[in-house]
Amino acid sequence: MFSEMLIKLWESGKLQLGIWETIYMTLLATLFAYLLGLPLGVLLAVTDEGGIHPMRVLNKVLGFVVNIFRSMPFIILMVAMLPVAKLVVGTSLGNSAMIVTLVIAATPYVARMVESSIKEVDAGVIEAAQSMGTSNFGIICKVLIPEAKPALITGAVISVVTILGYSAMAGTVGGGGLGMLAITYGHQRSNPDIIWVAVILTILIVQIIQEIGMRIAFKTDKRSKN
Amino acid sequence: MIELQHLTKTYKTRTGEVHAIEDINLTIEDGDIFGIIGLSGAGKSTLIRCINFLEVPTSGKVLLDGVDLGALTYKELLNTRRSMSMIFQGFNLLSQRNVLKNVTYPLEIAKVPREEAIARARELLAIVGLSDKEKAYPSQLSGGQKQRVAIARALATNPRVLLCDEATSALDPTTTQSILDLLKHINKTMGVTIIVITHEMKVIDSICDKVAVLDKSHIVECGRVRDVFTAPKSDIARELILPMARTLPDAIEGTKLRLVFDGEDARQPFIAGLIMECGIPVNILFADTRESDGAVYGQMLIQLPDNEDTLARVRAYLDAKGITYRKEV
Repeated sequence: MFSEMLIKLWESGKLQLGIWETIYMTLLATLFAYLLGLPLGVLLAVTDEGGIHPMRVLNKVLGFVVNIFRSMPFIILMVAMLPVAKLVVGTSLGNSAMIVTLVIAATPYVARMVESSIKEVDAGVIEAAQSMGTSNFGIICKVLIPEAKPALITGAVISVVTILGYSAMAGTVGGGGLGMLAITYGHQRSNPDIIWVAVILTILIVQIIQEIGMRIAFKTDKRSKN
Repeated sequence: MIELQHLTKTYKTRTGEVHAIEDINLTIEDGDIFGIIGLSGAGKSTLIRCINFLEVPTSGKVLLDGVDLGALTYKELLNTRRSMSMIFQGFNLLSQRNVLKNVTYPLEIAKVPREEAIARARELLAIVGLSDKEKAYPSQLSGGQKQRVAIARALATNPRVLLCDEATSALDPTTTQSILDLLKHINKTMGVTIIVITHEMKVIDSICDKVAVLDKSHIVECGRVRDVFTAPKSDIARELILPMARTLPDAIEGTKLRLVFDGEDARQPFIAGLIMECGIPVNILFADTRESDGAVYGQMLIQLPDNEDTLARVRAYLDAKGITYRKEV
């Protein structure tokens, strides 16, 4: 029923390694993308016209840069960013290099996600905090981020899934993971069952992340308490 | 004491300049409950936000005990706001914090130690009657309860002034009254000066000592509630104070008197007394009175037979009872 190649991949542990690589690349890239994207997204939200500290020029410049990265197809961005990866991790091959390109691609995406979540915070609540003498920095830390938390978590789940999708393309330029298995052993060596197994495993991982993420989002949202 | 001097706020829009408020001059004494009434769009919200500089006035000054808020540094302004709290029509509680944490929020900002903040919050929740709700989240509370939490939160930093922006407009009449009673209680027991913005005459009538009537960005009338209510000079004040007056048919014959009750003894039968002592028929055209702690508040419009002699007797009766009245035309 299964091709010899699939059984060989399983027995040699390459399949298991592929699953692990996919998860590890995705999570690590998400983590770094948030370390950069969260402050960037907050900055985009607060410096916008209706934000707590409008700064027109900075907002436009940041918005423009973010849009450039957002509009580039990932597969092109990935190739274009390989030199940057080499600069950061010393190589343009392998998982570490792929994580760098994933972070570069995902950060602008995460920033927009964060921006829209922050902008959903009720203006009245911000005004109330201001009326109590909260500084702008205090509003970011104690009002905007905590109040937007459920939306931020939902956004993070969507980001993780998107980054997982990106990571599958890493296989085409020397990264590992399920994408690489599907391309190298499945597509190039004509073993359609390997492609299917990779697809099904990816779907499973997405489902698990989605389910866990949404549960966390729902649990943390105090508005859903009744 | 809060003094507003020539306060003006102008917004620039695409179509030109809009004066939200213009040349507002007001003095609010310590311990007052000061009402500012006006229709929507009169500039009330802008005015109250200029008082704590949530909106920076285009020109004019806000003086809090002689200190010009416009001359303060950002840090000093943030500190000053802690002595000038605010409550809102939409309550504006932090939805992701429970009741207790909402009340401790301003204390966190003021860097009060945690234990102390919690003790203070509990004390305030007891005052507003929500001690049993400290672990609840805003979504689990009714409108009135949310506003009580907001009041507790506003009082946490021991403010000297409480700004109320249409604080009861989203509440039903019974809840409105209970919130107004709470505000009055706070004013009496803690000596907090309260500034109330509203479009409802009832709110002014229930708790305010003084009132300013705002119309089209200007203050058209200002004074003691009793004086403004008995003798409104502006059309807008008349409209707000006696909404019925506009709809009364002109054809009503006879003399019309408006009686204003301001804490008179509710057990005294005024109208029955008036009828019996003066020996005249009295027709009640409009009445909006309320009893609170055995005292009556509100007003009534009555119709009397049209002759000077009757009027003199009625006047004598009302004067003797100490009821404020005014002849309506």
